Amino acid sequence: MSILVLADLHHGQLASTTAHVVAAAQAIDGDIDILVAGEGVQAAAEAAAKLDGVNKVHVADNAVYAHQLAEPLSALLVELADGYTHVLASASTTGKNVLPRLAALKDVSQLSDILAVDSAYTFKRPIYAGNAIATVKSDDALKVITVRTTGFDAVSDGGSASIETVDVVVDNSQSSFVKEELAQSDRPELGGAKVVISGGRGMGNGENFKLLDGIADKLGAAIGASRAAVDAGFVPNDMQVGQTGKIVAPDLYIAVGISGAIQHLAGMKDSKVIVAINKDDEAPIFQVADYGLVGDLFEILPDIESKLN
Amino acid sequence: MKILVAVKRVIDYNVKIRVKADHSDVDLTNVKMAMNPFCEIAVEEAVRLKEKGVATEIVAVTVGPKAAQEQLRTALALGADRAIHIETDERVESLAVAKLLAKVVDEEQPGMVILGKQAIDTDNNQTGQMLAALTHLPQGTFASEVAVDGDKVNVTREIDGGLQTIALTLPAIVTTDLRLNEPRYAKLPDIMKAKKKPLDVKTPADFGVEVASKVSLLKVESPAERKGGVKVASVDELIDKLKNEAKVL
Repeated sequence: MSILVLADLHHGQLASTTAHVVAAAQAIDGDIDILVAGEGVQAAAEAAAKLDGVNKVHVADNAVYAHQLAEPLSALLVELADGYTHVLASASTTGKNVLPRLAALKDVSQLSDILAVDSAYTFKRPIYAGNAIATVKSDDALKVITVRTTGFDAVSDGGSASIETVDVVVDNSQSSFVKEELAQSDRPELGGAKVVISGGRGMGNGENFKLLDGIADKLGAAIGASRAAVDAGFVPNDMQVGQTGKIVAPDLYIAVGISGAIQHLAGMKDSKVIVAINKDDEAPIFQVADYGLVGDLFEILPDIESKLN
Repeated sequence: MKILVAVKRVIDYNVKIRVKADHSDVDLTNVKMAMNPFCEIAVEEAVRLKEKGVATEIVAVTVGPKAAQEQLRTALALGADRAIHIETDERVESLAVAKLLAKVVDEEQPGMVILGKQAIDTDNNQTGQMLAALTHLPQGTFASEVAVDGDKVNVTREIDGGLQTIALTLPAIVTTDLRLNEPRYAKLPDIMKAKKKPLDVKTPADFGVEVASKVSLLKVESPAERKGGVKVASVDELIDKLKNEAKVL
């Protein structure tokens, strides 16, 4: 097998998700190359070359690839896909945006969000908000796959792949970047954090999310939110955990003022330990929580914070 | 401009599904069905563009069994002008749906196609992107804002790190995310009027599209069940259990 992994970039650096996708590639078993495409990505390419088990890193460094637009990225991948049996990306918004376009350009199906590899052509993926797991087999000559990174432990460093420049520059007259508003935070990234504390509609307003800060600081946690909290404008969209938001599987997930709708559970029910804090003792979240505390979050949160080391 | 909106009939978002005993699929017998929530947002956006005078005609299309005409009638009640039903009882994968929609785009020549970003049954999130590829059009996926500006459309997208705004030349493909709009409900008089709006029925064969896929579904299983939990009586008890029992603190 010959696998090309599209690297994820985060603020211009190699995103931690890439190491999880390489792990999925290793499960498929074959030669693994990485494509780093963007502008000013030399450092990201060097980080990719250090990932364990990688053969070669292709670098496409050009303004046309900046901002990860789907049209030029998929055209680039079409140029490079020959000779590979699999193209993988994480199920990040970049992977989800680009890989289906690539698949259709190559007239093959695309497999979204796999969480297990059974063989080079058989995979498991969640359907119906993760309430069922489908095992699918692909007979396509090229398998184009996005990977749920929580399904695969990241590979470590220890590799020394060669780095090769890709001279392909595609035209793009159809789409252009206008602007972006990205969250800036010192907290760990939500997708990979070992501890996550999330607030829901019960938090009442955006100001109250500060009540989570002290606990998040002490636990080194990322802060997430339910759809209700984002829709209500309490917090920005990048904090949403759920079926169509971020999928997390931390060691500890603390759900505060979150009722536990099917769509939220889809994003966090693979967490190792789930704690729920809610004043409604019949909230559905208590059905998945390992530990449930019924009460007023405005009293409970400061209490927890003072009692943590 | 003409707007094409693709919609899908799926389980109602509140339904708790069960896997069939033979593991061949999810059990949909007697399950409540509805228009995919992201498709509702797509219809709403098209209707708003018509109300603003940007769109002149809205055509709704779906690929699915006869019962899917219910969703087309809903779209017509909400403001679509006519509908196209591509009828099939087969399981149709995203690539085949995209191929069928590409044929419709060829015939209808819309200025914009709006789709939901993903269907809540398959959770694939592929059709819009694939349609864009097949029609050689640009794509604005996971849209939380759509603003037509002359011969371009500015799409603000919800991405992992926050929000990104891109400009696409028209015609373009847009897929909707949760916060693009809040869909209206169809009013009874409009539901009645919708019965008289045109609804054309076609088949995949009419478009010369093969719906057979190279991906086969081998089995469907329930995910591993979580062990039931306990309610603790105090913060002290919670912290104690997290430290000494769960060992996550």
